[in-house]
Amino acid sequence: MTATATGPAAGLPRWAVIGLLPVLNLLTAFAVSGLVVLLIGEDPWRVVRILVWGAFGFEEAIGYTLFYATNFIFTGLAVAVAFHCGLFNIGGEGQAYVGGLGVALVCLHLDFLPFALIVPAAMAGAALFGAAWAFVPAFLQAYRGSHVVITTIMFNFIAAALMVYLLVNVMSEPGSVQPETRPFAAHARLPFVHEILAAAGIRVAASPLNLSFVWALLCCAFVWLFIWHTRAGYRLRTVGFSPPAARYGGISPPRQVLIAMLVSGALAGCMSLNELMGVQHRLLLEFSAGYGFAGIAVALMGRGHPVGILLASLLFGALYQGGAELSFEIPRITRDMVVVIQGLVILFAGALEYLFVPALRLALTRRHGA
Amino acid sequence: MPRKVAADSARAALRDEMPGSVVPAVELRGVDKRFGRVHANRDVSLAVARGAIHGLVGENGAGKSTLMSILYGFYRADRGEIRVDGRPVAIEDSEDAIAAGIGMVHQHFMLVDTFSVVENMVLGAEGGALLASGMSRARRVLERLARDYALEVPPDARVGDLSVGVQQRVEILKALFRGAEILILDEPTGALTPQEAEHLFRILRRLKAQGKTIILITHKLREVMEVSDRVSVMREGAMVAHRDTARTSIPELAELMVGRRVLLRVEKGEARPGRNLLAVETLSVRDERGTTRVREVSFTVREGEIVGIAGVSGNGQSELLEALAGLRPAFAGHILLRGRPLGEGSGARRSEGLAHVPEDRRRMGLVLPFEVRESAILGYHDDPRYRSAGRLDWASVSRDTEEKMRAFDVRPPDPRRITASLSGGNQQKLVLAREMERDPSVLVVGQPTRGVDIGAIEFIHRRLVAMRDAGKAVLLVSAELDEIMGLCDRILVMFNGRIVGEVPAGAASERELGLLMAGAGARSRALRAP
Amino acid sequence: MESLTLLVLVLDSTLRLSAPLILAALAGLFSERAGIIDIGLEGKMLGAAFAAAATAALTGSPWAGLAAGIAASVLLALVHGYACITHRGNQVVSGVALNILVSGLSAVLGVAWFAEGGRTPQLPGEARFLPLEWPGADALRDVPGLGALYGELLSGHNLIVYIAFLAVPAAAFVLYRTRFGLRLRAAGENPESADTAGIAVSGLRYRALLCTGVACGLAGTYLSLAQSAGFIRDMSAGKGFIALAALIFGKWKPVPAMFACLLFGFLEAVAIRLQGAEVPGVGEVPVQFVQALPYVLTVVLLAGFIGRAIPPRALGVPYVKER
Repeated sequence: MTATATGPAAGLPRWAVIGLLPVLNLLTAFAVSGLVVLLIGEDPWRVVRILVWGAFGFEEAIGYTLFYATNFIFTGLAVAVAFHCGLFNIGGEGQAYVGGLGVALVCLHLDFLPFALIVPAAMAGAALFGAAWAFVPAFLQAYRGSHVVITTIMFNFIAAALMVYLLVNVMSEPGSVQPETRPFAAHARLPFVHEILAAAGIRVAASPLNLSFVWALLCCAFVWLFIWHTRAGYRLRTVGFSPPAARYGGISPPRQVLIAMLVSGALAGCMSLNELMGVQHRLLLEFSAGYGFAGIAVALMGRGHPVGILLASLLFGALYQGGAELSFEIPRITRDMVVVIQGLVILFAGALEYLFVPALRLALTRRHGA
Repeated sequence: MPRKVAADSARAALRDEMPGSVVPAVELRGVDKRFGRVHANRDVSLAVARGAIHGLVGENGAGKSTLMSILYGFYRADRGEIRVDGRPVAIEDSEDAIAAGIGMVHQHFMLVDTFSVVENMVLGAEGGALLASGMSRARRVLERLARDYALEVPPDARVGDLSVGVQQRVEILKALFRGAEILILDEPTGALTPQEAEHLFRILRRLKAQGKTIILITHKLREVMEVSDRVSVMREGAMVAHRDTARTSIPELAELMVGRRVLLRVEKGEARPGRNLLAVETLSVRDERGTTRVREVSFTVREGEIVGIAGVSGNGQSELLEALAGLRPAFAGHILLRGRPLGEGSGARRSEGLAHVPEDRRRMGLVLPFEVRESAILGYHDDPRYRSAGRLDWASVSRDTEEKMRAFDVRPPDPRRITASLSGGNQQKLVLAREMERDPSVLVVGQPTRGVDIGAIEFIHRRLVAMRDAGKAVLLVSAELDEIMGLCDRILVMFNGRIVGEVPAGAASERELGLLMAGAGARSRALRAP
Repeated sequence: MESLTLLVLVLDSTLRLSAPLILAALAGLFSERAGIIDIGLEGKMLGAAFAAAATAALTGSPWAGLAAGIAASVLLALVHGYACITHRGNQVVSGVALNILVSGLSAVLGVAWFAEGGRTPQLPGEARFLPLEWPGADALRDVPGLGALYGELLSGHNLIVYIAFLAVPAAAFVLYRTRFGLRLRAAGENPESADTAGIAVSGLRYRALLCTGVACGLAGTYLSLAQSAGFIRDMSAGKGFIALAALIFGKWKPVPAMFACLLFGFLEAVAIRLQGAEVPGVGEVPVQFVQALPYVLTVVLLAGFIGRAIPPRALGVPYVKER
């Protein structure tokens, strides 16, 4: 089979497009990040060593890395599902934020339920509220033609205003000036992985890694099944590639747009389970800050495939955790360095995806020609 | 314009030097162009005399448009030379072409819909950093040209609001405003009404009278015979003949175009029509803008016959097809299958036994980035055969797709290739395989052989006839008159949204059909309608 | 009388708050009318604000700061162009990338260079753009009506505010009355027709992005050298997105976009005034409601319930010319 790619990378073998190109893009992003480190007068190699050690060097670090990765998996999957329907959901930020509201409402007001019921209820709350926040942009895109990119941006800001209002004026603990709710009851929290393992007799260092990591892995499997192995996923992808062909095939594009965005919003909403029910144990301001946008980087790097998203999430989780250690070791480099790397990854793996195509084409044809 | 004067006198000098030999206005020598595997132009040469209307004819995909796009700087030739007024010119982009006095009216107009007529005219020829002077100059030129060439257009109207015929005049004005001496028109009558086409030819004759050189790309031989002085014929990327129009005929040109004595004779026996299967009753269809495109159309298609719908494209055939397939709602009237109304939507139609091969396979019939097997179940993805335990059973889809690919000789028969990597003919056979292999009772086909190679065309025609002989009803819409005449048992002619005539295939002459397609028989009836 | 003073105060701060919005919206106008989506207005503003403050802190000159601000913003615009025009990358992705990159980079560099937790040093008056008093403003201050109008509303703003409001007719003139504007609009509506008319679409789009860079540079500089006395992390605080909303709200036209900016600036001014205040008859209006209003209004407009915002037809579509 002569597998060659089509589109802007036309003429290149598939292995180069799927394997080589992303690696080259990633390396470029890292190289430019290294330049930034040089610019502020630090040694890039030392930074790399601290990052790797900080992310994987000790048990606790690995726990933290996986904890952060959990957030990225949810928001990355959210972006990817919408992408398969040809939609750019950059509202993951707001959907995760409002998803947190769903989690908090369940954990605060349904805490008469036992643990076995409150967990699924909170999961439903996260998904439902996340989906609900995606609904209006989805509906407007599907039936009024308003561009989902713009409306989801607007909804991120509306969500921010809404949550501040709720936390300051409505949901904050009586008598407290902190814009946060009272803590969730003990049985309305997700167990930590180190606790579960301890119960099984395995001792690992304490970290915020909790049960929602397992849910994130399950979501990866669900998304894979949904997108490639169900009729619903087939319909969604048909619309993503060609709305006229979908219509011809008896598939209603507006309906698929709605479905894709709702699933996407639900996945983004689930991110709040990890942060709120897993670690913070209360609803607070800006807990989703940055993760929604980072989901774009994750989905792009992972090329919309759950396995790729999982790997990209691990990379970003490692960067987050390593970045935290980095700011301890080298106070002049803050955790914002990770944000820089993130931006560069989106730039090179996303917008400049085909930067190396001409060079690669040249290199490969020359080798074949010789 | 001192430069032009100099060129004129130089030309006059040349003419004096070489009595009898006139330097052509444009000359292409040995032009060669490939697009990947497609050899679009093979060593093509062409000379066009000054002040003449020169027809360039050939079938779809013969390389006419590519050749002219090279002349206009839209593509760059791999090899070859372009001469204007005898001098070699390097045309790297459209700007060079414009500077060499070449103007082009594209098949799909290159107008900015939101701009006014005058804005469209000055775009790219503003004559200074500020618009004011260029705009008023354009207005003056517009008035003059309108007088001289019957090119009336409202200068301040938004182009998007104008009719197709008027938009085309704006395109011509644009070219003339840039001082074009050589005007290329690519399939200019494709979307025009006969009246508009007549008006266009009047304009072209006046332009010629004023000394302009016109190249007319078309595949409509009647038009070339009517308006041109000389004709060049292209076939499969090569130039095959040049003729003076006065000394040639439609049959000769047709033979040159196709390269065979016999035009598309499809092997088929006598039709044995049975009961009425598909009945369309006073069907009217509107487009997105609310314009009525199909007007009270009624006809039937019986078992065991192929009914063709002929007509100049844009006369409502596409909308009729889409309405039959359930992609467009009927505004009024009924569509019945075996006497019963069909359900709404393409899914329902398909399950009731009406299959549809759409006119545009790349946009609608297939999903190009999909694997072949994914494209092969489009519209049939709900079929329980493709399901196991609630999931899509890709193994079964692959098996089924490979069978279909072999049955329809889709090469290579690999269900996991990307659809876009198949050639046009193989893509079309894939669509046909999908729609025909499920034993539908009615097949509605649009442009089945557009952009398809000769071998595939014959294959497709044989399958359509076989389907007829199996007692199915086939409705065929095609822009190729030859195809309609060769394949169909009855021919309906559509003009301006109506069916204006029905001709049994054996009795159809190209002339008669042509007259009907031009609306000659319809005008009186249209006037009587409310 | 007191309500009049209040009104003048609110209108006065409306002008101040809408000035950067207007500049950023005009920046977006040039990019989007040429066919390039720009959701990176935010990042360009932030980058310019940082570069301007850092340079002004080092040199003590607001002009050097302004030059640095514009240079930073232009550089970012060109990166956007390189990705979207030269490499036909996804324009939304590129915008998101630049926003994130700048947000991180300004913080990293700020901390490393100035060691003040991401701030730049507090700028003295001479390193900033200060209010310009118009002649006679003081003398007229006590004249009722006129004093407030002339002395408060018109006089007493910094240079960039005046530039912002003058930029609106200038942008309209460029867009509708010049060759550049005509070609730019053609490139955004139907690049193929511009191409066949002999216009190099890529070059044109790059030039449009240069304009975007300059205008956004001014907007960002305003934040750190005029409105504040230095750079604070993430000080653009969504203004780039409000400007984008205003651009859409103004249907991609300069003068309506300016009015949208004034409306959004007014809402922001009111929100600041409303903080904790009781509105007679309504009670306490949540300030977040007023803050969210620009976004809500834009969504309502996009939904087509009040008029219709039709973007340039080729917006977001890379121009591919086959050879």
